Amino acid sequence: MSSIGTGYDLSVTTFSPDGRVFQIEYAAKAVDNSGTVVGIKCKDGIVIVIEKLIASKMMLPGSNRRIHSVHRHSGMGVAGLAADGRQIVARAKSEAHNYENTYGEPIPIKELADRVASYVHLCTLYWWLRPFGSGVILGGYDRDGPQLYMVEPSGVSYRYFGAAIGKGRQAAKTEIEKLKLSEMTCRQGVIEVAKIIYGVHDEAKDKTFELEMSWVCDESNRQHQKVPEALLEEAKEAAKTALEEMDAD
Amino acid sequence: MNDINSPHSMGTTIIGVPYAGDVILGADSRTSTGLYAANRDSDKITQLTDNVYLCRSGSAADSQIVSDYVRHFLHQHMMQLGQPATVKVAANLIRLLSYSNKNMLQTGLIVGGWDKYEGGKIYGIPLGGTIVEQPFAIGGSGSTYFYGFFDQEWKDGMTKDEAEKLVVKAVSLAIARDGASGGVVRTVIINSEDVTRNFYPGDTLPLWHEELAPQNSLLDILSSASPEPMVS
Repeated sequence: MSSIGTGYDLSVTTFSPDGRVFQIEYAAKAVDNSGTVVGIKCKDGIVIVIEKLIASKMMLPGSNRRIHSVHRHSGMGVAGLAADGRQIVARAKSEAHNYENTYGEPIPIKELADRVASYVHLCTLYWWLRPFGSGVILGGYDRDGPQLYMVEPSGVSYRYFGAAIGKGRQAAKTEIEKLKLSEMTCRQGVIEVAKIIYGVHDEAKDKTFELEMSWVCDESNRQHQKVPEALLEEAKEAAKTALEEMDAD
Repeated sequence: MNDINSPHSMGTTIIGVPYAGDVILGADSRTSTGLYAANRDSDKITQLTDNVYLCRSGSAADSQIVSDYVRHFLHQHMMQLGQPATVKVAANLIRLLSYSNKNMLQTGLIVGGWDKYEGGKIYGIPLGGTIVEQPFAIGGSGSTYFYGFFDQEWKDGMTKDEAEKLVVKAVSLAIARDGASGGVVRTVIINSEDVTRNFYPGDTLPLWHEELAPQNSLLDILSSASPEPMVS
């Protein structure tokens, strides 16, 4: 795999001779090994979907949510270490709240992404802190329209049309690139991403999974909410059918 | 006498009127300390950003310091966001200062400007620190004299000329009656493209009931025909 740090990877405040900070790269591995998270920007909103790997049969369905609302108009899907992710979400909620109290308007998504990225980056600067072992896909709808951002453990944040992190990200990205997102509504997007997640889920290696989906779009009145039950079921059915058709070939 | 040592106050008349998606702000120019006009030519419409201006009334010092702070915070905000500030954000920052310091400040403010999301907007922030988005706003001691006038004369969808004439007329009405308002009328028009400042010196303003025409020189009175002698 990648080169071993051998001495340069003991602390996040140490550079290697070839200019890498290994601790940050190791933190990114934690994200790479988690369940896939996909986000897409359709013409009327954002859809975030998570392949939530179920650790134990005794867990209640719907527990251990990995998509969280940050504010009325935005939400975050978390990959990697769940507890680290919870901290990032808490910070994002706090930033959004403070911004609105000070400036009297909901925080612009770009500003929210900048603040979350700054916070994640902060934790890569001191030897007495460790980097977050989680990445987030942040989607929101403000007065500049729907926007999708991804924040990695290094603190880097970019704006995307479609983003994927976690185990199945390579395959997921290939599938996303095939979609014509600018012509798609969220309603259609929900079906498409469900198919993608079912497609990238590795039955052999991984346990069963639960599909968690949320959206923020014109249809949801620009509020971030769970995809309605009926549509979720429809998406799951479509995804299972698509999978069977593929297997049948 | 209370004059020389009184705190500077801008008794004032200030107005903000949106029209056709843009905004016009108007004010008089008198700053008084007690009965003395400390500045007869003040500019009470101050700039916060390229697209947002503020009409100040009440204590001159208080309104100036508030506008200075808000200008500073707004610029920081704009640098962070990377785009012009919105009128709503400017108004909220003013409101936060006015409300938190309500025990010490005595200033009524009108925020007016143009941004690409909402167009031209006016916000009134009176004493105490409420924030009210209004179709038009009037403030200052002189405004009491034209509440009824504005209720009657203001209408939705005015043109730029109609709005400006209304503002100038109202300020001149207040100047006629309010001792703490006087001098010239200044207006600022803000739209999507630019900002225009206009200046109406006292002698261009209409005269109202029983107001005397201004005299340029006492010599004019002497050289005109003497009045009829009174005959008992």
